[in-house]
Amino acid sequence: MAARTLYDKIWDAHLVGTRADGNSLLYIDLQLLHEVTSPQAFEGLTLNNRPLWRVNANLATPDHNVPTNNREAGLDGITDSVALEQVITLDKNCKDFGVEQFDIKDRRQGIVHVVGPEQGATLPGMTIVCGDSHTSTHGAFAALAQGIGTSEVEHVMATQCLVQNKAKNYAVNVTGALAPGVSSKDLILAIIGRLGTAGATGHTLEYRGPAIQALTMEARMTLCNMSIEAGARAGLVAVDDTTLSYVKGRPFAPTGELWDQAEAYWRTLHSDAGAEFDMELNIDAGLIAPQVTWGTSPEMVVSIDGQVPDPAAMDDAVASEAATHALAYMGLDAGTDITDIRVDRVFIGSCTNARIEDLRAAAAQIRGQKLADNVKEAIVVPGSGLVKAQAEAEGLDAIFSAAGFQWRAAGCSMCLGMNPDRVGPGEHCASTSNRNFEGRQGHMARTHLVSPAMAAAAGIAGHFVDIREAR
Amino acid sequence: MQAFSEHTGQAVPLDRVNVDTDQIIPKQFLKSIKRTGFGDYLFDAWRFNDPGDIGVTPNERQINTEFVLNQPHYQGASVLLARDNFGCGSSREHAVWALLEFGLRVVIAPSFADIFYSNCFKNGLLPIVLEEEVIAKLFELARGDLHLQIDLPSQSVTLPDGTAHNFDIAPGLKEKMLSGMDDIAMSLSERHLIEAF
Ligand code: SF4
Repeated sequence: MAARTLYDKIWDAHLVGTRADGNSLLYIDLQLLHEVTSPQAFEGLTLNNRPLWRVNANLATPDHNVPTNNREAGLDGITDSVALEQVITLDKNCKDFGVEQFDIKDRRQGIVHVVGPEQGATLPGMTIVCGDSHTSTHGAFAALAQGIGTSEVEHVMATQCLVQNKAKNYAVNVTGALAPGVSSKDLILAIIGRLGTAGATGHTLEYRGPAIQALTMEARMTLCNMSIEAGARAGLVAVDDTTLSYVKGRPFAPTGELWDQAEAYWRTLHSDAGAEFDMELNIDAGLIAPQVTWGTSPEMVVSIDGQVPDPAAMDDAVASEAATHALAYMGLDAGTDITDIRVDRVFIGSCTNARIEDLRAAAAQIRGQKLADNVKEAIVVPGSGLVKAQAEAEGLDAIFSAAGFQWRAAGCSMCLGMNPDRVGPGEHCASTSNRNFEGRQGHMARTHLVSPAMAAAAGIAGHFVDIREAR
Repeated sequence: MQAFSEHTGQAVPLDRVNVDTDQIIPKQFLKSIKRTGFGDYLFDAWRFNDPGDIGVTPNERQINTEFVLNQPHYQGASVLLARDNFGCGSSREHAVWALLEFGLRVVIAPSFADIFYSNCFKNGLLPIVLEEEVIAKLFELARGDLHLQIDLPSQSVTLPDGTAHNFDIAPGLKEKMLSGMDDIAMSLSERHLIEAF
C-alpha cells in the first residue's frame, strides 16, 4: 500500500462508503454534547421520531452557560432564566435519550474538550465530533476530531455518521525546542501568524517534528485546539509513548487484553515515511518568543518584544484595511511597544489553557506577588471540576487568591462571556482563550491572546511583560 | 430545509475580510433552544450601538445608521457580497439561521470557512465562491442598485447587463440544494452499510 498520512489512516478506517456524488459517509466513534448546540438536534430527533443510533457513543456536560461562582447551588445558581432553560433542556434530553451526562453538580463537569481527554473518553484513532469548533483539541491523541454544526450533530445522533468530503493534508514541521518561558500556546499563535486565519482551510493539519514530540499531552491539546483558528477543521499529533502513558488508567480507557490490542493498533497511528502532504510549513521552535495578539483575529499576532504594526506599511490593501479597523476597535496606535499595553482584566481559562499544567505555569509566575492596582479583576477558571480539585490539592488556589486572582468553578466563562463573566466595553483583557474577535468576551471588549504564564505576569505588572527577562 | 433553484435579488456589500460567526450572531443569542428568532440579531454589534439581548426587539434599540444593512438603499436586499474567509470561527449554525431569517438567500465571497460552508447546505442558504476580480467588480456595482440573478442548475450569476459568471459547486451539494432533501433520511437509506460497519 502507498505511504499514507495519519489523517489518511484514520479516514480509511472509518469510511463507510463513498456516494456517486463524491460525498463520503464517515463513521463517528464519539460525539461530545453541550447545552448550546444540542437542543435543536435533540428536538429534530423527537419531531421525526428517530432514536439515537448508538447511545453510548455520546457524552454530555454543560459548559458554555454555567456560572463560575455559587456552584454549590447547582441549577439555582444560574440567574439568567434563558441560560437556565438551556441547561435544564440538556438534563432532560440526556435523561430521555439515556445519554451519560456530567451535570452541573457532578465533580467531573467541565469544558467538553477538557473532560473528554481527562476521562479517557477521547482515545487514539477515534473519530470525534462535537457541535463546537474547538473539537480539534482531541487531535492531540491522533483522533480525527472536528467541530460540526447543529444539523450535523443531529445527523450523527441519528446515523452515527457524518457526510463529508475528504480534506487535504497539511504538515506543520516543527524543529528545535521551545525556549524557557515559551509554551505551546506561543507556538500555535506563531503558526497561525504564519498561516493566516484561513491558511489551512480545507486541510487537516498534522503537527510533526522533534519540538512536537517533546510536548506533554496537555501542551499538544493547546496546540491542536487552535487549529480551527488557522481554518483547519482538525489538527493531529501522532501517537507515541507520551500519548499512551497519558491515556492508560483513565476511567473510559480500555484495560487488560483490550488495552494490549488497542495499543498495538494505536502504535500504527503516525504518518508513514514518505507519505505525501499537499502543503507543508517548517518552523524552528527555538526562534519563537512569547506571543501577544494586538488585533481582532488570531492571525494579528506579534512577539512580546515587538510593536503594534503600522497598517500604512502593509503591502496588501485588504490586510491594511483590516488592520486599520482592528486598531480602531482595540484603541491602539501603530508603533506602540507591546509591553506598553496596559491590561484591565486577566482571564486564565478556556479549553485552550485551563488544564492543570496551565494553572501551574500561571501560579509559578505570580507566587508571592500581588495583582497590579490598575487591573480591575483577574479570574482563574479551571477546565473541569477535577482540574479544580487537583489544583486545590496542590495549593494553587491559595497562590492565586493570595495574589488577588479569583478562584472559580469550571466552565467556558469569559472565553465567550455567555455566562455572567464578561469584559467591559473598551477594557483590555489578557486572556488565555483562543479568539480575540470583536465582542467575543463582552460588548466592545478588547482581547489579547496569550499563554497562561504571560497572562499571569501581565496581571502582576499591569501591562504585558516579557517573562523570559525575569528568568 | 428550503430548496434552492434560482433567485433574483439586490446585492448588499459587506466590505470586511474574515467576518466571523461571533459577528454574524453574537453569543448572548445562542442561549435560545430554538432554531428561529435569530434574524433580528444578525450582525447585532454592527447593526446596533447598544448591546442587545434575547427578547429585546429592534425597535427598542439604538440603530447604527452607518452600517450598510441599515442604509435605506439596501432594504430588502437578499444577496450578501462578502470578502475572504466569510463565516470563520465558531461552528454555530445559528449564523446561517440568522442570515436566512433576516432575508438573505445567497452569500457571494472569494472564500468561505469550512464549517460555515457546510452549515449553509443544511438550511438552503447558497454560498457562492467567485474569483476575487469578479467580486471586486460586484462590490463596485453594488454601490448602485445591483440586482443579481442566481441560477443554481446552470451554476451562474448574471448581472443586469447580461454578463454571466459561472461558479463551482460539488455535485452532491448542488443536488441537495435543488431537492431540499433531508440529509438524515438519505443516510438512513444506506442503513445496511452503516450497520455492517
Ligand atoms: S472554552 Fe471557549 S472556545 Fe472552548 S468550548 Fe468553551 S466557549 Fe468554546
